[in-house]
Amino acid sequence: MSSPVIEVPTRGTVVGGRLGDSATRPDGVEKVQGAFAFSGDLSADGFLWGATLRSPHPHARITGIDLSAAWKISGVEAIITADDVPGKATYGLISQDQPVFARDVVRYVGEPVAAVAADHPETCRRALAAIVVHYEVLPALIDPERAIDGSHPPIHPDGNVIRHQRIVCGDPTLTGDVVVEGDYELGMQDQAFLGLEAALAVPDPGGAGVELFIATQWLHEDRHQIAACLGLPDDAVRLTLGGVGGAFGAREDISLQVHTCLLALRTGRPVRIAYNREESFLGHVHRHPARIHMRHHATADGRIVTIEARFLLDGGAYASTSSAVLINAVTHTQGPYRCPNALVDGYAVRTNNLPCGAMRGFGVVQACFAHESQMDKLAAACGLDPVEVRLRNAMATGDRLITGQVIESVAPVERCIRETAELPLPDEPVGGHDDDPMRLPGGAGLTADRSHIRRGIGWGVAIKNLMYSEGFDDFSTARCRVADGVATIKFATSEVGQGFVTIAGQIARSVLGVDHVVLEPIDTSIGSAGSTSASRQTWMSGGAVDGACRLVREQLFGLVGAQHDIDPLRLAIDGTDVVDTMGDLRVAVAEVTAGRELDATFEHHHRPTEDLDENGQGNCHTAFAFVAHRAVVDVDPELGLVKVVQIATAQDVGRALNPLSVLGQIEGGIAQGVGLAVMEEIIQVDGRVRNPNFTDYLLPTMLDMPVVVATLVEEPEPMAPLGAKGVGEPPTISSTPAVVAAIRDAIGKDLVRVPVRPSDIVF
Amino acid sequence: MSESLAYQLHVNGEARDVADAWVGESLLYVLRERLGLMGSKGACEQGECGSCSVLVDGSLVCSCLVLAASATGEAIVTIEGVAPPGAPSDVQPAFVDAGAVQCGFCTPGLIMAAHALLDQSPDPSEYEIREALSGNVCRCTGYGRIIDAVQRVAVGRRGTA
Repeated sequence: MSSPVIEVPTRGTVVGGRLGDSATRPDGVEKVQGAFAFSGDLSADGFLWGATLRSPHPHARITGIDLSAAWKISGVEAIITADDVPGKATYGLISQDQPVFARDVVRYVGEPVAAVAADHPETCRRALAAIVVHYEVLPALIDPERAIDGSHPPIHPDGNVIRHQRIVCGDPTLTGDVVVEGDYELGMQDQAFLGLEAALAVPDPGGAGVELFIATQWLHEDRHQIAACLGLPDDAVRLTLGGVGGAFGAREDISLQVHTCLLALRTGRPVRIAYNREESFLGHVHRHPARIHMRHHATADGRIVTIEARFLLDGGAYASTSSAVLINAVTHTQGPYRCPNALVDGYAVRTNNLPCGAMRGFGVVQACFAHESQMDKLAAACGLDPVEVRLRNAMATGDRLITGQVIESVAPVERCIRETAELPLPDEPVGGHDDDPMRLPGGAGLTADRSHIRRGIGWGVAIKNLMYSEGFDDFSTARCRVADGVATIKFATSEVGQGFVTIAGQIARSVLGVDHVVLEPIDTSIGSAGSTSASRQTWMSGGAVDGACRLVREQLFGLVGAQHDIDPLRLAIDGTDVVDTMGDLRVAVAEVTAGRELDATFEHHHRPTEDLDENGQGNCHTAFAFVAHRAVVDVDPELGLVKVVQIATAQDVGRALNPLSVLGQIEGGIAQGVGLAVMEEIIQVDGRVRNPNFTDYLLPTMLDMPVVVATLVEEPEPMAPLGAKGVGEPPTISSTPAVVAAIRDAIGKDLVRVPVRPSDIVF
Repeated sequence: MSESLAYQLHVNGEARDVADAWVGESLLYVLRERLGLMGSKGACEQGECGSCSVLVDGSLVCSCLVLAASATGEAIVTIEGVAPPGAPSDVQPAFVDAGAVQCGFCTPGLIMAAHALLDQSPDPSEYEIREALSGNVCRCTGYGRIIDAVQRVAVGRRGTA
């Protein structure tokens, strides 16, 4: 019997806790009791259920909608379409190109056409089935290449190319002694958060405003888009975060928010909408499928001279964040390696496939699969092993991206690789110590023959940008109040499971010397916290909480200084006391704050970034983090079955504010990376989704999950307010290419596509 | 709705009346929407994810696949009743301490599954834990801390046996 070997020191959890402790979640007890309220658990007296009618066609003209049969169903209280949107007809994160309800044309299977409110979910289902929509089917644009070559007419007034970006760096005509190239492809991955989309909208009497309880990643951005569609001022739309059951990017875009509010305002009653899983697959954005061509020119000893690349990301019917995903992808072409010359062409295009947008990794997953596949080809061509070729090219602080931007962040690429290499390989032979057939690839299927299994080892290393780019000021706000020794913290930061609520308390305790921290409801009554995405909240919202607490601490020290005639600069927090570092004074924080309240609000901004010019040059990113992964897999080459045995990783985290939480992000991210490598794909045929359910969209289960051996590289990041980098995305980025590389190593064949299917291995 | 029913369910040791229910409602729906027991979650309504897991006459069952009106006369235990007052669960605190909870949506189902496993097999091997809990999907944690939590409970129970 083996237990997971944990290199990350997390034993000894504490309740409460300060920075650096493995503090347990403040909402943990509620969650294990089933008492924590997710947005789908919220209700209100007199509520109605809402449901959405969706297009069955990838591209069609709407020639008529007949609601008469639906209205005849007893229990139906409202039916709305595009005609019933009082404000802006469209929404969107970058361009507002996506209709609340389709008018005249539908552009993807699943596009909302109408919505109903009724007394029971079954009444809603019957009403939707009774709505007759007359469609004239149009030719669908399915192949993203046709969106560029002009052979298909525009499927949207904004055109078929969402964005095109070129990067020209140095002299891309320079070549080397060695050239390796490949055409790589990634299928569409789904975020598949468990907490299905659900919202509760409560209209104000008279309909002048509405309150929305919603699971989302960015309350204020949602509010702004919703208010515009409702034709209301922002402050008439109040959002409160309902508990979020995971996000991973799928909640960055509007899904049911406007529909729920519209039905509530139309009926004058609270409305709940809850998606089922099939609807969820259609109702949110996905990871961009991609086709990437890369060519690396290098010296005979394996040093990169020039990289040429072409990226084609299929953005689906609406733009969402495709523009930003493309920029992330192309600017990470080189990976965490020095590259003096480059020529990159990147396209994000519109098709009648499912709309794509943010998913953990945001374009860098795609680039990393390509550049890591290339690095292994380069190693083979130069007679180097995969570790050596990466060490030879490894970036360090002061090197440049192909955009010309200097990497000012701590950049311990070499350390990440070396420390990963030092982690022990699994000591279990194929089939385990007890030669258990259940431990072979395919497990309980009992189809694999132990004598045929081949074990492989593979590597992946990544660079990932943190926070938003291209001039976007994604600031965060927090408020701190201290009274009677209790700190009360307010923020609009979406807690989606990542544990921001835990470190918020740890920050307050560390800065203020209080043990008792109260977190106020997360809503729009305070300023924006930006999105829970881009691995940014620890840095940005952590910075905001830290800033607000420090301002309060300044007030605290000012008070004590005045009371005791001491220069406040001499004062410090020790435990739960204020102490004079140059004298004997020691007074409890609780005593100083008895009967009074100190209060401060702080906005944390990161340094400004720039746009890219037409050659893709500019300091467009804020900061970077790095990670290495080594995967061990067992493969049955005749059946194409894969068992991922172990993933070892060293991740550049700056400073682990909560080691247990960091390990949770590492293991969770690796699970999603493994999923993309060997099993997860939304399969569309002619724009129709073949597998919008958990039977046929395969998610890693506890049996699929490899042992994870992790170590943290802690070199505090000077630009980060707490020295800590974001940790959420890197684990899911280079774990995928590491697994694929391990499979290649096991079977001795090239693989160019993820997810790797049994047929890719066998044939 | 025209096809409405009234019946009684036995949940967490109590008789609970259900009135004016539509015959097609799942046990998951009735527990949540009619009996106010929101702890069981629906993430797939197909029996694939385990978020809706409850115990029915001692067996772990996906409540999304049970027709509520057919579950009369059976002893149903949900997350709200898995640790009766005065008999706190050791599984629940272990999940918190081990870092096995992130978003928490899969957590009630996993707690039910862990209870069911440990009742049947008090000292499971790591493989047995993985197999028994393979019907519970978690998207946040990558399962490592969950396995750790279950192992801690098993070790803890050994100590008090």
